[in-house]
Amino acid sequence: MADPAALPSDGLVGRAKAQDLVFAVCGVVVLLLVMSLLATLVIDLMRDGLARIDPEFLTNFPSRFPGRAGILSAWVGTTLVMLVTGVLAIPLGVGAGLYLEEYARRGVLSDIIEINVSNLAGVPSIIYGLLALGFFVYLLNMGPTILVGGMVLALLILPVVIVATREAVRSVPGSLRESAYSLGCTRWQVVWRYVLPSARPGILTGAIVGLSRAIGETAPIITIGALTFIAFLPPSPVKGDFPWLNFDWLQSPFTVMPIQMFNWISRPQAGFHENAAATGLLLLAMTLVMNGTAIFIRYRLRRSLRT
Amino acid sequence: MTPASLTPAHASPAAEVPVRAEVRDLSFWYGKFQALHGVSMPVRDRKVTAIIGPSGCGKSTLLRCFNRIHDLYPGIRYQGAVELQPEGLNLVDRSVDPILVRLMVGMVFQKPNPFPKSIYENVAAGLYVRGVKARSELDGRVEHALRQAALWDEVKDRLTKSAYELSGGQQQRLCIARALAPEPKLLLLDEPTSALDPIATAKIEDLIGGLVSDVTVLIVTHNMAQAARVSQYTAFMHLGNLVEFGDTESLFTNPTQERTRDYVTGRFG
Repeated sequence: MADPAALPSDGLVGRAKAQDLVFAVCGVVVLLLVMSLLATLVIDLMRDGLARIDPEFLTNFPSRFPGRAGILSAWVGTTLVMLVTGVLAIPLGVGAGLYLEEYARRGVLSDIIEINVSNLAGVPSIIYGLLALGFFVYLLNMGPTILVGGMVLALLILPVVIVATREAVRSVPGSLRESAYSLGCTRWQVVWRYVLPSARPGILTGAIVGLSRAIGETAPIITIGALTFIAFLPPSPVKGDFPWLNFDWLQSPFTVMPIQMFNWISRPQAGFHENAAATGLLLLAMTLVMNGTAIFIRYRLRRSLRT
Repeated sequence: MTPASLTPAHASPAAEVPVRAEVRDLSFWYGKFQALHGVSMPVRDRKVTAIIGPSGCGKSTLLRCFNRIHDLYPGIRYQGAVELQPEGLNLVDRSVDPILVRLMVGMVFQKPNPFPKSIYENVAAGLYVRGVKARSELDGRVEHALRQAALWDEVKDRLTKSAYELSGGQQQRLCIARALAPEPKLLLLDEPTSALDPIATAKIEDLIGGLVSDVTVLIVTHNMAQAARVSQYTAFMHLGNLVEFGDTESLFTNPTQERTRDYVTGRFG
């Protein structure tokens, strides 16, 4: 019989604390290593490119002279391609995720679909590029246009959006569903009025993570044959007369910022390397802004759900 | 199940109260597991009927048959009838749409589960579903339901505030108001106070007493004292069988079945 008044032996506490300490030190070392690598990368980009960023850099077309070259066509192209990607991937992905989670019967088929969707998220992006080249560009004869660029990137991030939607929908508590159904709601009413609003922060995060991945993708865009040098803008999406919207820009050739970077890096002159670094910084900034927006919106939505 | 236990002799004065729903030989399966075995009992009009029994006896399962909430999950099967009277509609019949059933039967769950919306929108949720749009009608029915749930005085000045600002007991009364607003034919309460403190519990028990002038109430509870306090009729269930049904007073003071006696005297459960 143990002595009821005895304290646990000192060694026990000491050993447990030592384990804690070892793990904490390891964690900090790894963290510092990763952070310093990242910081080196960003600082290097800044040293090379920060001086090049000025209003003219944003409003000039590419040029033979590094000092006069700008990224107007690249950032406009990136913006428009992202627009197409978002408009296609978000409704399709959210719809598919909602269907799989709320409507589809659980069975072998839904299991197969689930495994495949998760696997698709891991397929190398160049494979999507090849698919788009063979199917959209050659078979459907659509050409290397903004529409095709947006479509291939939408395909690329569709699994990300679907998986994020499913996870967000799954995390809506069952009690919320049961109480909505108990009021006599149809499935659509439950999904639209109660499940979707609660899942919105998670869905939004997934969508932005997907778009942030798409914005940096180069391989599939090069594969479909986007131009690397382009000195004109697509037709404006807005026009003066009815119906004021113009969709000719979808059919326009384009370039995007990663391609512009790639193009400049492969040139011998140091001036172009500075341009590439500056483009990289701007791309980084765009991604950060997108992620920041996602965090902000998620925070706002979560708060509005609680209060 | 002997027929004698369904209509105990001492329940005779209650026989005059009309029946609102009649459970007849109801069996229920979760996949291969049979959770209810040929349950038969009446639900008297505008009375509180309590269903008691030890954990896992099938009391919640029985209650959830009344609004077909089981249908949300795959692999379930009903046999027998839960017949609404005088309509003569079998609520668990396959040909009856579960949404139609749920439009007629309200339910309150164990844990308060208001929607992440305003107090007003919570109570009006069932009315929106039924196509009520006129502001004046909504206002009137929301107020009436909140009064029925004894919550009106506490929330009348902050109807647009989030339901999550309310205490647990208030949230549960809000859920009761939400279920009452569409004026259901039956109100199901599934252990409505098991997550609440004694004071909040007492408030809910008090308001249940007032509800029976308007609605027929079925309440599942694991708390025998609560069943004795709030109900006029009690059903005792054990292992998926209905052991005894009778008016509450005689069931607790003079049970006819040995298992009922053992349970109400605290010998098991």
